[in-house]
Amino acid sequence: MSRGGRSDRRAATAHAVAFALVVALLAAAPLALPGFWRRFLTEILIWGLLAMSSDVLIGYTGMVSFGHSAFFGVGMYGAAALLLTPRPAGLWLALAAGLAGAGAVAACVAFFATRLRDIYFSITTLVFSQIFYVVIFTWTEVTGGENGLTFRQPPLFLPGLGAAAFTPVTLHWFVLGVVALTYVALRRITRSPFGMVLQAIRENEGRTRAIGYPVERYKMAAVLLSGVVAGLAGVLYAVQNKFAAPDFVHFVLSGETVIFNVMGGMGTLVGPVAGAAFFQLLREGVSRYFTEYYLIPVGLVFTAMVIFVPQGLLGFLRRALNR
Amino acid sequence: MLALEELHAHYGKSHVLHGVSLRVGRGEVVGLLGRNGVGKSTTLKAVMGLVRPSAGRVVFDGRDVTGASPHHLARLGLAWVPEDRRIFRVLSVLENLRTGLDRPAVSPARRAELLEKVYACFPVLAERRRQPGGTLSGGEQQMLAIARAMMLEPKLILLDEPTEGLMPRMVAQIREIVRLLHRDGVAILLVEQNVPLTLEVADRVYVMEKGVVRHHAPAAELRQAPAVLRQYLGV
Amino acid sequence: MVIPAEQILIQTVNGLVNGMILALVASGLTLIFGIMDVVNFTHGDLVMLGGFVGAVTVAATGSFWLALGSAAVTVGLFGAVLQVTTLRPLVGRDPLTTILATFGMSLVLQKYALWQWGPSARQIQEPLAGRFALFYLEYPWYRVFTAALSGAIILALWLFLKHGTYGIWIRAATQDRIMAAAMGIPVPAVHTAVFAIGAAMAAASGVLFGPLGGVTQTMGLDFTLRAFIVVVVGGMGNLAGSILASIFISLLEAYAAIFVSPAQAVIVSFVALILTLLFRPTGLFVPTPK
Repeated sequence: MSRGGRSDRRAATAHAVAFALVVALLAAAPLALPGFWRRFLTEILIWGLLAMSSDVLIGYTGMVSFGHSAFFGVGMYGAAALLLTPRPAGLWLALAAGLAGAGAVAACVAFFATRLRDIYFSITTLVFSQIFYVVIFTWTEVTGGENGLTFRQPPLFLPGLGAAAFTPVTLHWFVLGVVALTYVALRRITRSPFGMVLQAIRENEGRTRAIGYPVERYKMAAVLLSGVVAGLAGVLYAVQNKFAAPDFVHFVLSGETVIFNVMGGMGTLVGPVAGAAFFQLLREGVSRYFTEYYLIPVGLVFTAMVIFVPQGLLGFLRRALNR
Repeated sequence: MLALEELHAHYGKSHVLHGVSLRVGRGEVVGLLGRNGVGKSTTLKAVMGLVRPSAGRVVFDGRDVTGASPHHLARLGLAWVPEDRRIFRVLSVLENLRTGLDRPAVSPARRAELLEKVYACFPVLAERRRQPGGTLSGGEQQMLAIARAMMLEPKLILLDEPTEGLMPRMVAQIREIVRLLHRDGVAILLVEQNVPLTLEVADRVYVMEKGVVRHHAPAAELRQAPAVLRQYLGV
Repeated sequence: MVIPAEQILIQTVNGLVNGMILALVASGLTLIFGIMDVVNFTHGDLVMLGGFVGAVTVAATGSFWLALGSAAVTVGLFGAVLQVTTLRPLVGRDPLTTILATFGMSLVLQKYALWQWGPSARQIQEPLAGRFALFYLEYPWYRVFTAALSGAIILALWLFLKHGTYGIWIRAATQDRIMAAAMGIPVPAVHTAVFAIGAAMAAASGVLFGPLGGVTQTMGLDFTLRAFIVVVVGGMGNLAGSILASIFISLLEAYAAIFVSPAQAVIVSFVALILTLLFRPTGLFVPTPK
């Protein structure tokens, strides 16, 4: 058993080292990159965060959610609401507002989630996305309707150090910090007994229930966790871009998130982040030639991957390396 | 007619058939006995292409049909009457029969003939021909399942526990049907828990235990010395 | 608030008409789901493709009937190809994968339509002009024609299923795929044929809907969502139920549109779905399960 323990520890150290390296790289990058790519990198981190949140549900619990755009969008609008007022609230309050909003929506969805399985759950989450989309799109007085809301970026306020406006670099570091911390937290959670139960639910829900686990409660917790993290991504996006728009509540965003998950590798946390990066880069690259039709080759590749490489890029690499 | 050679099969990770070998000659009635769970039904399913064999061969009518698709096998003349009958409950009795009867190779005249023949064997089906299959009693459903298989004009029928849960009167009817099919030259591989019935109608009998054939003898022999069976079946 | 009686009347008839078109779309989806357990995310996009093929045909030949036929045939064939390439390899896999695969194809189809026919909406000329007197109102003939034709197509489908060998094959394979195969029915081919029929029906709806709402690349999602809602509310795999549910949902939306904008009226259907899933998950129009 000690040999197993030693190699486990070695794997854990290797992972920690790799993680530290990646974070360091990502932290240094904006200093070297031109403006556009700097922003792009920050955005990729935010999408990565969204993808991770979705992975908790899809990859670990086996529930396909098309509703992440609702969580993301409510996080975004929630933060926006507090940043619009004549005396805009600080960064942290806006963050709290966004998270609270996303949490409330997640609680609603969680309530339904546990009563429905598989397709019914997926369709319902899709429906939720669309309900929010319609409400936000048409309730122009409050949400700005089609045009969304624009506001000023809040300064970074650190207790004890005072407030200072974000620069693209410090914003990037802030986002990186949040995403990295969330990653560490999610990793611990998914490897904890709680995470194991989620995976058991994905493998065989009936058996897990028969063993005696309150499956419904675990599913609800998973949806809540997933929703709040997605809301966090929404808040970050709002802070970075200084606007909130209904497009981000539309189901298409959820669809793209699912694509990140599948392409990157479900159930790995890192995979979806890679998937998000890959997808965004692909979109950037391909759209130079195909403009808005980039989704045709991307969609075909995605479908082919679902059929032939369902474990995603990461799963594929992992299998190749394990040999 | 049918030969199984060292057939292995798995249900997920569990290894259910450990090398089953048996033969059914043209027009023979062969019994397959064994306790519950030894793999008798699985053997039939593996032959019919419903369970993919992980090793071994199935040869039917001279052709290697290992892992062939069920509809292909049915077209070749292999019919399956499952343990739970699996009547199409929403289809009428006639429509159930037509699932096997309506084949491109069969002329309308021949179809009418086959139908008449089956109605003669099973008058109750003629009576209930327009009723949904789901409204039939257990015994009637068994009749329908067998009649349906007969519509395929099969060379061999895989019969899985036809007398299970039936009243003695119906059991007797089943026995007569098996004899009738035998007279018509149809081969039968009969899986049964009812040992006396099997010994009466079969030419030869195999006994399975834990996924393998353990004993094989002509029925006549076993009729004289049933004690042999007791050790495998605990009967 | 006083709502004029004419409005209620018009909305009732509109609801019925839209309901029949939706029923045409939903019956295809129900058929596909009933026999293959596949959640076809592309269904609405097949409606959209049918609409575009129809629009192009009408523009080229001026004949509405030809448009209807060509759309049904083209999209039906395309549906068969789609099923064989993307769905057959997934038989026996996690149902999650069919949702994902059809979702992926839905994206491709939408953008393909954008690329092929451009971003602007297409119009299809009404084949029947003129209005008639409905009580004290004037109602367009075309809408009645649409409802009647949808009904006729659904009736034809029902008759096809009830009689004839292929109808028996489809119903047997829907009830018990394995036993059907054991009876010599070529189940994989039946699946492809059913998908093609569903696709053809969807395409026909697209053409019928064309004169009413125009043809746009994004109309697919609307139809897919509504069709799903109908299939769930009507009872998965229950043809009669999905027709009743289509009319029910469309009437609800039509009445809601008296009070709110059509874009918001759609929420009513969503709420109906959620309530059904909570209280009567087997379907509102299905006899209580024993």
